Amino acid sequence: MTTLATTSVTASYGPRVVLRDCSFSLGSGEIVAVVGPNGAGKSTLLRVLAGLLRPAAGAVALDGHDVATMSRSALARRIAVVPQIFDTLFPFTVREVVTLGRTARLGAFGRASANDLAAVDRAIDELELGPLASRRIDRLSGGERQRAVLAMALAQESDVLLLDEPTVHLDPGHQLATLGLLRDLAARRQLAVCAVLHDLNLASTFASRIVAIADGRIVRDGTPLEVIHSDLVRAVFGEGLEVVARDGHPAVLPSVPQTVPKRP
Amino acid sequence: MRTLSILAFLVAALIVSAAAGILVGAVAIGPGDVLAALFGSNDVNGTIIRELRLPRVLGAALVGGSLATAGALLQGLLRNPLADPFVTGTSAGATLAAVAAIVLGLAAPLVPLAAFAGALVTVTLVWRLARLGGGTTVLTVLLAGVVLTSFAGAVVTFLLVSSDRLALQLRAVLGWLQGGVSVISWPELGVAAVIVAVGLGSALVLAHRVDAYAFGEETAATLGVDPDRTTTAVLGATALLSGAAVALAGLVGFVGLVIPHALRFVIGATHRRLVPASFLAGAAALVLADLGSRTLIAPAELPVGAITGLVGAPFFLALLVRSRRIVV
Repeated sequence: MTTLATTSVTASYGPRVVLRDCSFSLGSGEIVAVVGPNGAGKSTLLRVLAGLLRPAAGAVALDGHDVATMSRSALARRIAVVPQIFDTLFPFTVREVVTLGRTARLGAFGRASANDLAAVDRAIDELELGPLASRRIDRLSGGERQRAVLAMALAQESDVLLLDEPTVHLDPGHQLATLGLLRDLAARRQLAVCAVLHDLNLASTFASRIVAIADGRIVRDGTPLEVIHSDLVRAVFGEGLEVVARDGHPAVLPSVPQTVPKRP
Repeated sequence: MRTLSILAFLVAALIVSAAAGILVGAVAIGPGDVLAALFGSNDVNGTIIRELRLPRVLGAALVGGSLATAGALLQGLLRNPLADPFVTGTSAGATLAAVAAIVLGLAAPLVPLAAFAGALVTVTLVWRLARLGGGTTVLTVLLAGVVLTSFAGAVVTFLLVSSDRLALQLRAVLGWLQGGVSVISWPELGVAAVIVAVGLGSALVLAHRVDAYAFGEETAATLGVDPDRTTTAVLGATALLSGAAVALAGLVGFVGLVIPHALRFVIGATHRRLVPASFLAGAAALVLADLGSRTLIAPAELPVGAITGLVGAPFFLALLVRSRRIVV
């Protein structure tokens, strides 16, 4: 059982304070979605959790150990981050990209052990990338590329998986597929998953918990039902959205305008 | 093993080009006499082979190998297929420092060290500037390279014109600025070989960490690479290799750009394979370019930099056009 927790974290870029007094924790088997408007501090929270940004105040602890005192290599064995990928310039194959996940464990001169190869194979199998393994990543579709990068993070065999908008470049079908996969993986590998998600409906469908951030503060932390309701959605995202219940799951829709624009 | 056969092929190519470089020259010397000369006959042929052709071929190999390896490292670190010691201004910085060392009258073995220092300062500056540019570093790196190269060139001209010491050997210095391996002595070669060995060794050790930069510095960190330490080490290795190359041959352009880029399509992008392949291919390519430089318009000689420029510049332009999609 792994716990990644922040206590009263304040984080800033130079003089600009982006997160204020955030306390939050993430445990094995959970999928926590972080939602909030643009610039609210979601990605910053993820960077703080990953140990990439040192908090100005407060602390981040992984099973009680201060993340700030751990080496990058030690952190990489426990926490994997799925990056957002737009373009890669070099012709790495899918298998080579997945092998990057083993960077922290490779031997001298980058030698891969039997363990490393097994972890890579397993990640490739789990994401059904077998047929694509020797293809160049820059020649894949957006969805395939997303799976390859997810496999890279899985190959790290970490306990925690952090994702920054994993569905941002995907069409609705691939968004569902990716998050469905994530849910299976979290259950199967007992991963603690935290994902920044823009889409409230995806968050409410796939997350076991939702954390809403506005203006650098955590304004609500609870189950989808507790977090996604009209008052909060209006307070955080502004007017014009309404929450409807659908089979016990809250869904967010744009309010129907008073006057529907007519065709000219 | 595809990788092993490619590396074996490159070793063979290097041996063949080196043999050609030793056999062919202004004075016709038969293979039998060359062998005799290598193993110590004391006639004119022996002097030509041992004091002129052999150091020249070895020097060209070291220069080409170093530049290509430095290019592979820089391209990987900056995620920029258009980076190499020449384009980024690293070679120009090394040249400036080397010329300054000569002006100050430092002992000859210190010149490569000065070149290394100049390369280190410049490449670090380029790295800093590239990071200011944020995600798309490609254009920033090129612009930084243009600025640094012009600046270093201006200072070198100033030194050349104002220094008595350099005026005496203006021709030699000018030849060197154009990139030439024609006058390399054994002691110079020895110092450079040690520097190159350290640089290449570091490059091989660092190679798999450079892979982790494929998706940027921050992802390299989450994959377990200490970005500050690794970046410093890679820049250091790059500076050692480009400094040694400049100390031996002055400004030789485009080897570091063309070789790693072309090899990626054959051997893949993984630096564990790309780094040794780049060294071998760069070495062979510059030995051949040097052979061309002294046979194309014989008995006159071209600077080897002119040959690499003739081949490399069009290649660079083609690459620039092709990567516009990614750059802009």
